[in-house]
Amino acid sequence: MLEMKNITKTFPGVKALDNVNLNVRPGTVHALMGENGAGKSTLMKCLFGIYEPDGGEIFLEGKKAEIHSARQAMDKGIAMVHQELHPIRFRSVMENVYLGRFPGHFGVVDHKAMYEKTKALFEDLELDVDPLALAGEQSAAILQMMEIARAVDMKAKIIILDEPTSSLSDREVDHLFKIINRLRAQGVAFVYISHKMKEILEISDEITVMRDGTYVGTWPVTDSNGEKLTIDFIIKQMVGREMTNQFPVREGKPSEEVVLKVENVCSTARKSFQNVSFELHRQEILGIGGLVGAQRTEFVEALFGLRGIASGTITLNGKTYVNKSPGFAKSRGLALLTEERRATGIFGILPILENTVIAHQKHYAHFGVLNDSRRRADADTECKKLNVKTPSLNTLIQNLSGGNQQKVLIARWLLTNSDILILDEPTRGIDVGAKYEIYNIMLEQIAQGKSIIMISSEMPELMGMSDRIMVMCEGRVTGFLNKGEYTQEKIMALATQFAGRKDTSAA
Amino acid sequence: MAEKSRSKRLMTIGGLIFLALGIILYFAKEPMGLNRKIYDLPIFLIIIGVCSALKGYMSKDKTEEEAALAGKTFAEFLTNNAILLAMLVLVVVICILQPRFMQIRVALDILTQSSTKLIMALGICFTLLIAGTDLSAGRMVGLAAVISASMMQTATYANRFFPDLPQVAVWMPIIIAIIACMVFGALNGFLVAKYDMHPFIATLAVQVIIYGACSLYFDMPPNNSQPIGGIRPDFAQLGQMRLFSGIYRGFPGISILIPIAVVICVIIWFILNKTVFGKNVYAIGGNREAAVVAGINVFRNIMGIFILASCLYGIAGVLEAARTAGATNNYGNGYELDAIAACVVGGVSLNGGIGKVGGIIMGVLIFTIIQYGLQFINVSPMWQQVIKGVIIAVAVAIDLTKYRRK
Repeated sequence: MLEMKNITKTFPGVKALDNVNLNVRPGTVHALMGENGAGKSTLMKCLFGIYEPDGGEIFLEGKKAEIHSARQAMDKGIAMVHQELHPIRFRSVMENVYLGRFPGHFGVVDHKAMYEKTKALFEDLELDVDPLALAGEQSAAILQMMEIARAVDMKAKIIILDEPTSSLSDREVDHLFKIINRLRAQGVAFVYISHKMKEILEISDEITVMRDGTYVGTWPVTDSNGEKLTIDFIIKQMVGREMTNQFPVREGKPSEEVVLKVENVCSTARKSFQNVSFELHRQEILGIGGLVGAQRTEFVEALFGLRGIASGTITLNGKTYVNKSPGFAKSRGLALLTEERRATGIFGILPILENTVIAHQKHYAHFGVLNDSRRRADADTECKKLNVKTPSLNTLIQNLSGGNQQKVLIARWLLTNSDILILDEPTRGIDVGAKYEIYNIMLEQIAQGKSIIMISSEMPELMGMSDRIMVMCEGRVTGFLNKGEYTQEKIMALATQFAGRKDTSAA
Repeated sequence: MAEKSRSKRLMTIGGLIFLALGIILYFAKEPMGLNRKIYDLPIFLIIIGVCSALKGYMSKDKTEEEAALAGKTFAEFLTNNAILLAMLVLVVVICILQPRFMQIRVALDILTQSSTKLIMALGICFTLLIAGTDLSAGRMVGLAAVISASMMQTATYANRFFPDLPQVAVWMPIIIAIIACMVFGALNGFLVAKYDMHPFIATLAVQVIIYGACSLYFDMPPNNSQPIGGIRPDFAQLGQMRLFSGIYRGFPGISILIPIAVVICVIIWFILNKTVFGKNVYAIGGNREAAVVAGINVFRNIMGIFILASCLYGIAGVLEAARTAGATNNYGNGYELDAIAACVVGGVSLNGGIGKVGGIIMGVLIFTIIQYGLQFINVSPMWQQVIKGVIIAVAVAIDLTKYRRK
């Protein structure tokens, strides 16, 4: 179906792809794996005509294909569902599906035909969405399905899914897989990029692994003897070495001292968090679990002064704390690593130096005038300590891999000497090696007497790193679990406590 | 290693050759009768030579990786400096067509004409750096010009704006004019920062308000919209004084506007590169949401940006009034668009976060040189407009391809 041979792509100073091969057979799901920065996205961008490869050839159904733009790729039956979706928020779902190829005559759009076609398409995919609803009001899962519907309608023969499940709940993932299976049976080929091993083993037929821009190998998920690949084997291929432990060993215990006490805190928004209460001890990692929509992010953002709090009291180090503004939160020793690294974390067009010191800038200033050498020295030590891989501090942060960007952001908040680190999905979209480094950093900070609140949607991470887990569901705290009593089932039960009830009432 | 030291050496040696050539021509032009053919060319050669040699000699060694990342090829050098190179070609062509262009006098004229434009462009660049814009800039120039001129008339002038106004110190009306601008700047900033209004709309509204307010002031009896004249010479000196004139035969003197603009350039460069405020401007322009999360007080910084910008427009307005020894309420009309164009040609990104003082100086100079040069070889003003527009489009197109390389 699709064959990419010896693809090479060089960026100034970096060899992003070095003789990479990819061979996708029709009617299969082909997983493309590798750490961040391994070149998966670059390879897909070459296929989709966003980048021009410097060398190598692409064959589609045995014929050599020239792809110079996304349009050409689509005409040849290749569709891509990006990791971050950008729907036209204020237009209807159906217009988003047919964007760029509205049905109609002589430039007049036939809305009725569009509506009927979208409806048929959605019914086919068992998607219960009104084609006239606004795209901006749909959940990430629906938008994902919308993109797939679009690909299906274009009669795509190859659909590239880039991290499709990163913001989906388990139930939504099941639905997605059902659709993938259906299309696979019809002969559609998928290229599936993901970091989630379990999913990959569940859905894919073949796996190609890349490492540092080179091709490592391709394996069928189930070999001729009916044996499945193991997660350890794949990780070994990805990192090029054995990974014995997924999590570093936690030494010591949280102290008895309470650093943060939250009592009955309610949001100013009507459908957000309500009556959140908990205590955070010094040297404790408090994990917050829950599904998408549990208002965990909203809650920590409110704590940091980004959103309003209507009622309740917060005591920080024995003193009453008011969430006036992020600047105030910072001055009181809070730090927030946001969930959306690109949108609210990094300053892409600024160098690493500026990205590191930005929250601590005033510390280097006398009457507003900065001391450059001190800034540079501090940024340098902090980035070295966290093992940020970069040619120099002047490199733009957007040129780093996700893991290294995240380390720079952590360095930013370590510089401010924060007492309580709030980490919202600290390892989302980060490769295995960098994840382990970030876990290590977390433990080091704990050892130094700091406390951490960590939101995570990855169960193993939540259970592996937390001293205690608080589970939220639809804006309310549904329970606490102490270390030793974690099971995936218990957490899920708490996380869906209200979801089930809502379903029955809706039915 | 070899690569970069070669480019450095090339620059140093090239500079020295220019320097030598300049000195030889300087002493040779009288005996060889070239005086009417090359005018002050030798002096320009000497200046260029010295600058280039110094730059080559002083430029810092880049680290290995940075040099590799920069990956300078000849083609890239061309795109990176396309507009500058095009300007050089134009200057050479003008020099050949009209050798009188090669005079110190001409160069000083160009710098003088650039000065007020540059001050405005430096103000507007702050608003562009946060992905905004400022349409009220030109009207603020008019406001500052009218206010300062209205209080700076000679006692004997028949049509005084304030007939009974005593002889005030020169600095007073200047401060009043600038403060008036800053009040409107604060209004701009407030609308943008408080209500999250797009700067295009906020400053458009304020632009209209300023023009109205300025016209009301201008229309007050007994002036009744008469152009303000009879400016006191001590005030006019601010824009007309020439330093060092006549230190040698025929030297026209350096207009006071040039050192004023240089000082302001240095101050703005310092603010942008060495202060917390400057860094915050780049951060807000680079990613506003991330700046909020990093604890930057975005409200205060945006207010600061618009107030500082309006202060610069105010200065430009006062200088305009002094230079022309007069003012009407239509002063400065449309200046903001020229200033934005100069910034953009100088590499300031309208998407925010990217822009340097050096680039802005270059952008302003390019526009003035081209305008002056075209006038010099008698190109019709209508064609000048066409050429100006083409320059904006081409410069920005080239600039954007830099970021969109495949």
